[in-house]
Amino acid sequence: MNTIHDLGGMHGFGAIAPERDESPFHETWEGRAGGILEVMTFPPGFTVDRFRYLRETLRPDLYLVQSYYEQWLYIAEQVLLEAGMISAEELARGKASPQSTKRNDSMRADAVWDFLHDRAHSGRPLAQAPRFTSGQRVRARNMQPAGHTRLPRYARGRSGMIVSHHGGHVLPDASAHGKGDAPQHLYTVRFAARELWGAAAHPRDSVHLDLWESYLEPA
Amino acid sequence: MNGIHDLGGMHGHGPIAPEKDEPAFHAPWEARMLGIRRGATFPPEVNIDRWRHLRELIPPHLYLSRSYYDHWYMSYVAALLQSGWMTAEEIKSGHAAPGGARRNDAMRPEEVWEAQKTRGIFTRAVATLPMFAIGQRVRARNIHPTGHTRLPRYVRGKIGVVRLHHGGHVFPDANAHGQGEAPQHLYTIAFPMRELWGSDASPHDEACADLWESYLEPA
Amino acid sequence: MSQHSHSHDDSVEMARHHHIHADLPPDPALRVKALESLLTDKGLVDPATIDAWVETYESRIGPRNGAKVVAKAWVDPDYKQRLLSDATTAIAELDLLGSQGQHMVALENTPGIHNLVVCTLCSCYPLPLLGLPPTWYKSAPYRSRAVLDPRGVLREFGLDLPEHVKIRVWDSTAEVRYLVLPERPAGTEHLNEAQLATLVTRNAMIGVAKVTA
Repeated sequence: MNTIHDLGGMHGFGAIAPERDESPFHETWEGRAGGILEVMTFPPGFTVDRFRYLRETLRPDLYLVQSYYEQWLYIAEQVLLEAGMISAEELARGKASPQSTKRNDSMRADAVWDFLHDRAHSGRPLAQAPRFTSGQRVRARNMQPAGHTRLPRYARGRSGMIVSHHGGHVLPDASAHGKGDAPQHLYTVRFAARELWGAAAHPRDSVHLDLWESYLEPA
Repeated sequence: MNGIHDLGGMHGHGPIAPEKDEPAFHAPWEARMLGIRRGATFPPEVNIDRWRHLRELIPPHLYLSRSYYDHWYMSYVAALLQSGWMTAEEIKSGHAAPGGARRNDAMRPEEVWEAQKTRGIFTRAVATLPMFAIGQRVRARNIHPTGHTRLPRYVRGKIGVVRLHHGGHVFPDANAHGQGEAPQHLYTIAFPMRELWGSDASPHDEACADLWESYLEPA
Repeated sequence: MSQHSHSHDDSVEMARHHHIHADLPPDPALRVKALESLLTDKGLVDPATIDAWVETYESRIGPRNGAKVVAKAWVDPDYKQRLLSDATTAIAELDLLGSQGQHMVALENTPGIHNLVVCTLCSCYPLPLLGLPPTWYKSAPYRSRAVLDPRGVLREFGLDLPEHVKIRVWDSTAEVRYLVLPERPAGTEHLNEAQLATLVTRNAMIGVAKVTA
């Protein structure tokens, strides 16, 4: 989606404001929100790509004013609503409906450490050989998918060079939309800053992006 | 600048919502703000291009969350503060600080119609011959100016054909920044939709943009 | 001032000025009222001049001006030719040029070509011919999608164009303003110029509708 989240290259967002001694959570509720999204029971087939996609569906003006963990709460609500695990009325009232059944399979506290260290990896073995090799020139395709993608607008149509190959990885464009892992070869591609931003950019600078095989064509 | 205003090609802003029998103004304050924009005395540097740039400099979250005439309010207040014609205290209180000079040169009601008829002519003589001819292939430059520009991001680096030549016109990128009118030849460039958006776009359709000569290079 | 400031300084300085909005009431009615009173105090605006501008855009300027141009082009082939080759001069014949519409181009819709006008960067619109733009024209949904998905946008307006029709979108990035000359509907041969003008809608002159009899 060409939505507000695709911020690469934008002006007008003001100064970067690093905080001295920033704490992991600024408020207690932020820790609760972060914890909920780590360990809550998700619907079957839910993926990290679906998580990112749902965040991209937040209304653009709200995307810009809501804090990071407010957006996580929005994601949690969307996940539960779209899976029918809660109803809009329950969400509005903050209480389970008396007719709903209570599950007893949520993650226990003593399982959290192992969960956080063993969570699913996105690498997948692939039978077919990679189409591109390190050092090869490629062009990022000019495409405008209406769903989730990890190809930023600023790289589309631009050419760069493969600098590494990571083997097969889950394709977010499929995984975010219930179309399975659909793994593809993943590459790191180097783009000269001048290719991305024109002659005013520094001649020695570059930007690296991790891009899936179907995002690329030979240049 | 690559600001939030540069909306061409974005997803996520929801359906278009035409109103049946929409009134000219939704509230009396909108009409007052329109009248202020057209009839109030502005700091001399605030030409049309400066005005558009002021609107682009509205913080992105306010740009997306506030209504059209509120943008005008925010742009005018910013111009008044920047020029020193008003202080923040005066804006907040709605009262002029005591002792300030009162001007007597505001536009009079009987001058309104003539202003409407005669304002806003932007053609200017330019001494140089046009660099491009109708029918010629040109590429919109890949540039990312931090100031005002009328070259939308979605055409940068794309190839099109010169459809119309409009002669010399005031150059917004200069005029918005106190650098004079610096007129240049202005062209309408037709870009095939597939050039702009990739092979999923309709092969029959095109988008045209009005672009100044320095935005273009031969292709 | 801006004569010697760089655009980067601009954005930093403007961000500072915009902090004021944290201290102002959210209701724009209150803010605009205070602004008008302050401008009046300082002699920077005459409230009667505001009234006159509002009256101009509410009553003296509107889509009926554009409709006059369209109807004349439908009944007068010479005028249509002049309009399509030099719209500024042809519209000046009717004394309908004005601010935000001094440099005009007319775009002819035909059975094979459909034109659609947008301003992706702000809200440029041929005010003297069409009056104030509707809210949807100035809003993010239309500005973002008209150039990317014009067929989808047109379907939202109830216009489903066949695949073979060429769509030309015109993004008003300069001070040139565009007027769509819609197709004259069938079955209107008996109507005179004034009657035809009553059929022509604002949306048809933007390109999001056809004229129907």
